[in-house]
Amino acid sequence: MAATFNQNDDSVVVIIGSGAGGGTLGNELAQKGINVVVLEAGERHEYTDFVNDEWASFTQLAWKDPRTTSGSWRVSKNFPTLPAWIVKAVGGSTTHWAGASLRFQEHEFRTASVYGRIPGANLLDWPVTLAELEPYYARAEEKMGVTRTGGRPGLPGSNNFKIMKAGADKLGYKECHTGNMAINSIERDGRNACQQTGFCFQGCKWGAKWSTLYTEIPKGEATGKMEVRPQSHVAHIEHDASGKVTGVVYFDKDGKEQRQKARVVAVAGNSIESPRLLLNSASPKFPDGLANSSGQVGRNYMRHMTGSVYAVFDRPVHMYRGTTMAGIVRDEGRLDPSRGFVGGYEMETLSLGLPFMAAFLDPGAWGREFTSAIDGYSNMAGMWLVGEDMPQETNRITLSDVKDQYGLPVADVHFDDHSNDVAMRNHAYQQGAALYDAVGATRTFPTPPYPSTHNLGTNRMSANPRDGVVNKFGQTHDVKNLFVSDGSQFTSGGAENPTLTIVTLAIRQAEYIADQMKTKAI
Amino acid sequence: MSGHHGRHAHQEREGTEVSRRVFLRRSSELSFAAAVTITAGGALLNASEAWALDVKGLQPETMKTLILVARDIYPHDKVADRFYAIAMKSYDEKAATDPATKAQVEAFVAGLDAAAGKGGYAGVGWESQRVALLRAVSNSPMFETIRSGLIATLYNQPEVWPIFGYEGESYSKGGYIKRGFDDIDWI
Repeated sequence: MAATFNQNDDSVVVIIGSGAGGGTLGNELAQKGINVVVLEAGERHEYTDFVNDEWASFTQLAWKDPRTTSGSWRVSKNFPTLPAWIVKAVGGSTTHWAGASLRFQEHEFRTASVYGRIPGANLLDWPVTLAELEPYYARAEEKMGVTRTGGRPGLPGSNNFKIMKAGADKLGYKECHTGNMAINSIERDGRNACQQTGFCFQGCKWGAKWSTLYTEIPKGEATGKMEVRPQSHVAHIEHDASGKVTGVVYFDKDGKEQRQKARVVAVAGNSIESPRLLLNSASPKFPDGLANSSGQVGRNYMRHMTGSVYAVFDRPVHMYRGTTMAGIVRDEGRLDPSRGFVGGYEMETLSLGLPFMAAFLDPGAWGREFTSAIDGYSNMAGMWLVGEDMPQETNRITLSDVKDQYGLPVADVHFDDHSNDVAMRNHAYQQGAALYDAVGATRTFPTPPYPSTHNLGTNRMSANPRDGVVNKFGQTHDVKNLFVSDGSQFTSGGAENPTLTIVTLAIRQAEYIADQMKTKAI
Repeated sequence: MSGHHGRHAHQEREGTEVSRRVFLRRSSELSFAAAVTITAGGALLNASEAWALDVKGLQPETMKTLILVARDIYPHDKVADRFYAIAMKSYDEKAATDPATKAQVEAFVAGLDAAAGKGGYAGVGWESQRVALLRAVSNSPMFETIRSGLIATLYNQPEVWPIFGYEGESYSKGGYIKRGFDDIDWI
């Protein structure tokens, strides 16, 4: 049975957020017998409650509290209050994610050393290597049931994949398959196999896609060591005179202020909310925000180089049928500066339903050029382009003048593309269009980035406390019993979808926290 | 359509196709100005599509023009006028209770009518000429409100989806695992 803990119990680990990082960390700690309270800002919707309807699902799951944007990125123009398409619900963005689960490449942990000096980029090597993470990657893949790892079969290819594969073959690409997906290709772990329903982004109504909502969280609750409190919006983290954190103040579902004491606090609210929380936790002792002696909290915001290519053919495709992202070309993921940029990118199948296609194909566009594209919807194929973007100090989360429903300053998300990001995107658009042209596309659309789904880097790992916010275990350099457990730890973004690496780091972090608690170091 | 099999379904589909073609020809032969008439009671009537719309807050002529503006912003020849009317009717409803909205919408349409000259916006025969009038006001807040609103009010009508070949909800039908997720036969 799920535990309930007293708010004055100062022996618990408090985790803020229940997604890939927080949900995984909570279960891992609970399995080790450690008492955990997970505070989640959103509501709890079980997977049977999900809806196969894009706008209705957005209303149900998305983070819609106010945010502001600045910078030259197009999202700021088209979606000024929606910098990111991420989730406010138990399970966090693991309810919404596509399921693509790729390990980082070795060199992607050493970008400063391998890429050299890139003007304007704040590159830094991770304080951890691929070799150190490999055993944890394997455990994450096992936990999540990633296809084409551990002997698990791949998913079958959809219409959208078959077009991608035919085009990839024509272009001479060598590594194209239905992906390494945390989506059951066979019944496993008490969950269904994928039924090719589509609507992966709206929450999997079969529970076939891994989400902490129906894996880590109920498993953690079953230990009797973990309590998940939905609709608990953390306002700030408190500390004592020595600088150790002592608990958190949060608003409950009725908007009433509550306080939960803690022995350890782990922040896992995504790369926008986590730095916001640390900045909102400024105190006389930490005037620039908690754990911010480096000044790096909120900086180096990365969102991946992204874009999409959609193509219209003279015959039907029905790309929306089947698993949304079960298709990948990995050949462009390599490091090859002769292409005019450092880092690499992945090409992954993608589809949007008609309502979101209208909203995102070319935001703001109207007239026949736009509507004739939408007229081709059933003959359309699509891919997402996702690659490494450069960390820049000036791309950052700051506190806005706008306040939320609790009177707390909201996050402003500032972003400008780096010239390397632009060069990579142009290359990716060209290759994506070439792939579809090779199989007879009559028209292709280089579609701009959507509101960010991969939000990274704003509390980054560093060997030296001067360069970042947390150490190789996600422990803040400044406060020993304060941890960061989400993608904001990433020192660089890699070309790969980040969830597998977030889960990997959380498994490893749980071992470290348990060990540190055992030896009374924290 | 799912659940039908064999020759019967084929004939049925053909029948639907024929009547859709007839309908399309009929509506494209009629100009919008002639297709939508205003009744004595102030409602909009589209006889060929067999629908009427009570107008409560705006001038009926204003509502008629707004529907045409919606089509000119997002023109889909396969989509009947009634879907554009449904997409725009919230302006009339809001105008009925909110004088500020009413004034803004009336002023926006009056501006288009004035720019169009004799016969007003709805009297301009060619879409490209009406679009030129819209381009001239495309930086105005009212235009952007109408355009961005249409993204949801037009494209999020489930009745519109089949026109584009989008099948919508699929969980209740068991997904596409046995319904064509990999049925492409030309690649």
